[in-house]
Amino acid sequence: MGQTLTEQIFSHAAGRPVVPGELVVVQPDVVMSHDSLTPGIIDILQNEFGKNEVFNPDQLVFVFDHVTPASTVGTADGQNRVRAFAKQQNIRLFDIGRGICHQVLVEEGIAQPGLIVLGADSHSTSYGAVGAFGSGMGSTDVAVIWATGKTWLRVPETLRIQVSGRFREGVGPKDLALYIGRVLTISGATYQAIEYHGLDWLPLYGRQTLSSMAVELGAKAGIFPPSGEVFDRFQTPEWLFVDPDAHYGQTIEINLEDLEPQIALPHAVDRVVDLSSLVGTPIQQVFLGTCTNGRYEDLRQAADILTGNQVSEKVRFIVTPASKTDLQRAMADDTINILVQAGAVLTTPGCGVCMGRHQGTLGKNDVCLSTGNRNFRGRMGDPSSSIYLVSPAVAAASAITGVVTDPRYLER
Amino acid sequence: MARIWKFGSDVDTDQIVPGRYAPYMRPNEDVGNAAFIEANPLFNQQAVPGDIIVAENNFGCGSSREYAVTALCRRQVGVIIAKSFARIFYRNAVNLGLVLVEAPQVVDQLSDGDICVLDLDQNRILIRDKELVLPEISPFARAIVEAGGLVAYIQRHGFLPGE
Ligand code: SF4
Repeated sequence: MGQTLTEQIFSHAAGRPVVPGELVVVQPDVVMSHDSLTPGIIDILQNEFGKNEVFNPDQLVFVFDHVTPASTVGTADGQNRVRAFAKQQNIRLFDIGRGICHQVLVEEGIAQPGLIVLGADSHSTSYGAVGAFGSGMGSTDVAVIWATGKTWLRVPETLRIQVSGRFREGVGPKDLALYIGRVLTISGATYQAIEYHGLDWLPLYGRQTLSSMAVELGAKAGIFPPSGEVFDRFQTPEWLFVDPDAHYGQTIEINLEDLEPQIALPHAVDRVVDLSSLVGTPIQQVFLGTCTNGRYEDLRQAADILTGNQVSEKVRFIVTPASKTDLQRAMADDTINILVQAGAVLTTPGCGVCMGRHQGTLGKNDVCLSTGNRNFRGRMGDPSSSIYLVSPAVAAASAITGVVTDPRYLER
Repeated sequence: MARIWKFGSDVDTDQIVPGRYAPYMRPNEDVGNAAFIEANPLFNQQAVPGDIIVAENNFGCGSSREYAVTALCRRQVGVIIAKSFARIFYRNAVNLGLVLVEAPQVVDQLSDGDICVLDLDQNRILIRDKELVLPEISPFARAIVEAGGLVAYIQRHGFLPGE
């Protein structure tokens, strides 16, 4: 019988053909954790398992991105503890400033097609962009893998998203990601793996935007069949391919020719409407960054719109590159210069203000337009603040005017 | 006697414990004191051990932060009954030994502030002269919960459930 990408990856890992619904015990290829949760995972390993050694250091990778550089004595001490642990256990560590975990693992080639890549972070669905099975887990799950090398997983059903057409001007991957949320709702893909089809032409950065947001629909993974740039940059095993006989629990069809710029309203990722109905809404902060939209191409798109323009006095415009590599690419041409010249505030590559812990936390009643992936109440600061989610193009256009603005109708 | 705390759909992990209250940000505080601190201050101040959380769909969506479950464990929530749960939250709860029950019909019959008696051994809730029957917890989850969580299970058996 035919298999979806997820079923192929699980069958390969289990060493036998598996079907959706089955529970399998597997050895994940890569297990990532970041500065925010790793100290707690060390606690579980040491205090609950009574162990000082991890089972297989080569399986593990640490990335410091959540609160970097440290903002409090507590976060600084936590990071020092992880540094010492990584050294002692021989575990790869990407320290402050290297970038957001999900971007770093792709840039470093640690996430590869066909691998099972688990992370102590819900947006680990991002690794699906390169054709890996990427999924998030909690601290105890990860501690169990540290201790035993293994975990249990339920083989999920696969939901197929079949896309046709091409983006029109001013519309991009983020609008599609938000639109999928609008169609499927915040729980529409719970326990399922999403497989994206009809996007072989989409560059990797756009796939990463979509895969990162798969979790916002409740999905366990969001996988792209390897093609194009992914074929060139990564090694795709020959057993991983789109099988015409594969069975999909559900198929959703979307025609890009009909897609308008989208915006998610506070405080739910699936409260999505066409941008046009919100145009003119005043904002106080614009945030360009995150694992969803902080890559070079996102910054470049914003720079193109900001060229010759100034950020409104009414707006704080915070730009956080997803990684050091993205920052360097944006410095190699005039991207960073244009952004800073226009009035952007540049912060350390990493998660930045995305979860409200530092570098631009929202105050009472603040309204923020963010290129991130989550707009839950209070995520970026005070519970009375609100977050709208948009594409980099909408963020840049709105930073200029101080109100929600459609980049296609920006007066030049 | 247990009080029912009823919530709507899509209660996310930022509502259960906002990121700013993460143990990582406040290492010397009990994360249990942050449970629903902003989303439901009444719960935060008044919930007592044994109380029951009842919710509509997709309880626990959002981040993978296990401390959302830890906070509810510290408050000794007796059980969470919802129409459905988000997957990472579900795993985290099973792993930490917190009982979750998916029971759409039961959810519709319970209201915020109801007082009831929870009898998990018999899978039932006694409320006003009624008995509401809860579905059986899956053997897999029950094995882990009865061991006191996933770490305790592995310590006792030497392998993962299903291995
Ligand atoms: S950028 Fe935001 S969503 Fe992405 S990993 Fe960091 S905190 Fe999570």
